Amino acid sequence: MTSLPQTTKKKLGLVIDLDICVGCQACVTSCKEWNTGGYSAPLSDIDPYGADPHGSWLNRVHGYEVGEGATGRTVHFPRSCLHCETPACVTVCPTGASYKRAEDGIVLVNPDMCIGCKLCSWACPYGAREYDENHGVMKKCTLCVDRIYNTHLAAEDRIPACVRACPTGARHFGDIGDPGSAVSKLVAERGGYDLMPEMGYKPVNKYLPPRDRRDSTTSTFQPAVEAPDHNGGGDRATSFFAWADKMLSR
Amino acid sequence: MHPAYSVIFFTTASGAGYGLLVWLAMASALRGFPADWALGLIGLGLALALITGGLLSSTAHLGRPERAWRAFSQWRSSWLSREGVLAVATYIPAAILGISWVFYETTQGAVVFASVLASVLAVATVYATGMIYASLPTIRAWNQPLTVPVYVTLALATGGVLFVFVLSLFTPLPTWAIVLPLAAVIAAYFTKRFYWEAVDESPRSLRPENATGLGHLGKVRHLEPPHAQANYVMREMGFKVARKHADKLRRLSAYLMFLVPSVCLLLLLVVSTYTAPLFALVAVIAMGVGVVIERWLFFAEAEHVSMLFYGAEAA
Repeated sequence: MTSLPQTTKKKLGLVIDLDICVGCQACVTSCKEWNTGGYSAPLSDIDPYGADPHGSWLNRVHGYEVGEGATGRTVHFPRSCLHCETPACVTVCPTGASYKRAEDGIVLVNPDMCIGCKLCSWACPYGAREYDENHGVMKKCTLCVDRIYNTHLAAEDRIPACVRACPTGARHFGDIGDPGSAVSKLVAERGGYDLMPEMGYKPVNKYLPPRDRRDSTTSTFQPAVEAPDHNGGGDRATSFFAWADKMLSR
Repeated sequence: MHPAYSVIFFTTASGAGYGLLVWLAMASALRGFPADWALGLIGLGLALALITGGLLSSTAHLGRPERAWRAFSQWRSSWLSREGVLAVATYIPAAILGISWVFYETTQGAVVFASVLASVLAVATVYATGMIYASLPTIRAWNQPLTVPVYVTLALATGGVLFVFVLSLFTPLPTWAIVLPLAAVIAAYFTKRFYWEAVDESPRSLRPENATGLGHLGKVRHLEPPHAQANYVMREMGFKVARKHADKLRRLSAYLMFLVPSVCLLLLLVVSTYTAPLFALVAVIAMGVGVVIERWLFFAEAEHVSMLFYGAEAA
């Protein structure tokens, strides 16, 4: 049924730390690997070894340049379905293939009912839904619904593949509807935010903003050893210890 | 937005078909002309052929056309589903009118109810088509108050010009059968013109800074795309048409949709009954080409919010 549930018992989702993400694409490939054999199988690729390879991916990492000059920085920006509370991608679906689960808030596409009309992808402001040309149906992030409740997996693996794969701990999974959950505390502590709240879709996934820059003007670092005098003095050992002290003080 | 030819053909052909159905049903109900079986067969046959051809064409853009029947189920929430339900429901009163008109040469009495119902459902179907687009907040050019009126008035205008042509084959055209369709063409012109003005004036208020939520850190520029080749989202949502071409095409479609048919309809007031079908046919062809260009532009000019993540400057 494409009418939305009034409330969901849980609001399962991801919290993505833009301060930590290094854009390694491990979550992207891990997602593809799991989901091309899981609920959304197949995740087709078109012309994979040819001149124009493209296909369905449920998680994409962009790189943005933010700010100018000395204050500019690169922000790696993972983007997938935000499992919105009021997603128009669900309500526009004419067949009932798209639905939002009342028990945990996960937004799914039933691949056996989807007619591939693509209207849901038009309704998504986040570009999160990708049509599978070979399969003829719409594909999207399932929040690894086939992992998180899967008792055949070891307990530590019952999290989305992208979260499991992230080598830097930039991705967190949990119940964002529960104010006491670790992810909710993280969101509160770091000022987690919604993408494009003005669209009115109420995303569940949250993004943690990059932390303020630390450089010579903002650093509180106090050297324990005087920095070597670049104009002549200071032997190699002193500069080594100064370097080691600086590193260990981080 | 990518202009899918199947959807362009569907919305223009079915729109004209529903428009023609409204003109025939209402004119026959109001005793506009005798219920000649041949006029009923050709007129309603053409209307239903356009409607059916359009609906079949619309399934061509589906990934799984064999499951199209499932689209009738979600009318509670989905305008696309409502459009499907209304489109099929229209066939029932239209068939009653057609059988009565062609086989019994009567369009009066209880058949009037069928005619009125067919007209209401036809307009409701086109309304639902418009709402599919107008209800999407992700596309500024479609999420406009005039999107639905444009769909409805263009359906009545294209159907009106077809109505004049069909009628001119059978009978000398009464003045009302020229003036009322002309009024529909003029109404469609002003609706579309005001729509274009509204779209051009509506602010492209969202930027990559809004999309990423990183505006407080400075200007946001797309540095590394997530992949080397264009993906589905970029191919479907990222279609672009150069502004100068769009301006030219807008003018061309306005001439073809409005100017040529209006002149033809005015000439029909004075030309002889024998040459009338020729002038009406010119109006039909111009209107048809014009509305296809208009519909292509409706898609090609529309910008989708998701492109902000892929380097679009505003949406």
